[in-house]
Amino acid sequence: MAEFLINGFLIFLLAIIAVVAIRSIKIFSTVMLAGAYSLICAIIFVSLDAVDVAFTEAAVGAGLSTVLYIAAMRHLPKREKVVNDNTIFALIVCFGVGCLLIWASFDLPVIGDPMAPIHQHVGPYYISNTKPDMGIPNLVTGVLASYRGYDTLGETVVIFTAGLGVLLLLGDGKNRDKNE
Amino acid sequence: MNDDPILRVCTKIIVGPIILFGLYVQFHGDYGPGGGFQAGVIVAAGFILHSLIFGLKEGRKLISEKLNLFIMILGVILYGGVGLVSIYYDAEYLNYSILAHDTKHGQHIGILLIEFGVGLTVAGVMLILFHLFSSWQGKDK
Repeated sequence: MAEFLINGFLIFLLAIIAVVAIRSIKIFSTVMLAGAYSLICAIIFVSLDAVDVAFTEAAVGAGLSTVLYIAAMRHLPKREKVVNDNTIFALIVCFGVGCLLIWASFDLPVIGDPMAPIHQHVGPYYISNTKPDMGIPNLVTGVLASYRGYDTLGETVVIFTAGLGVLLLLGDGKNRDKNE
Repeated sequence: MNDDPILRVCTKIIVGPIILFGLYVQFHGDYGPGGGFQAGVIVAAGFILHSLIFGLKEGRKLISEKLNLFIMILGVILYGGVGLVSIYYDAEYLNYSILAHDTKHGQHIGILLIEFGVGLTVAGVMLILFHLFSSWQGKDK
């Protein structure tokens, strides 16, 4: 019951933050609300026992992307343009897709169900072999760094490439502000 | 650049512990939550906080753009290099078991090294992203 109350409260907060962030026309407050949204997401991940994901979400989603948004905000106007388009069609599409997603979620296995398909594949192998193979208690690190070392190498190269791409786009030396 | 003395003093106090916590997350990734990715972001956040308060120029005095590029390249090379070392010792690419006499010990060393590589790359990329975004002047100026 307590768990249900906590999760319900967090989801409720998420919904409120999302609505306020969409309604707000000040870009600064939208950016800060996006950070708060990520932080609440991180708390939900903690309550789902996914500490590593929660850590990443808190550090990247709530911390760094907020700072990057603020850095990028210098080039934007302070307020959003208010557009009075006809939003009926968008509303219908969003409502329809939302209903479909909720309908599809009834087919998902219950959270923590040991018989769920995802726990029948390679999961048991990792759980029983990480300690004998590597002698480390954190399964996530074991899978990420060793069993799936190729994937992590790929991710690192993706991040590197992203940095390189931004460097090529913005860092050509002509448009830089050297005096700040 | 911020002239508020409270922010400046607090930043001076807090930047060190943030970076120290990043290193803790980096090297305790095998035992607790965290790892190279999170650690890189935390260390970069420490330096970004410094640059936010004391200005980009001061931040570039700590880590110059060349050093920053070097760090992000070194991370990828370290990761890939560990794989090449295991090929050199007649094992599969990125098979760390060969890196020491004991399989477990080898895995430990391998995981530590590649997590450090990930941390370096992530920290370097995040820092350079921040500096590029905030020092960009726009096309029409």
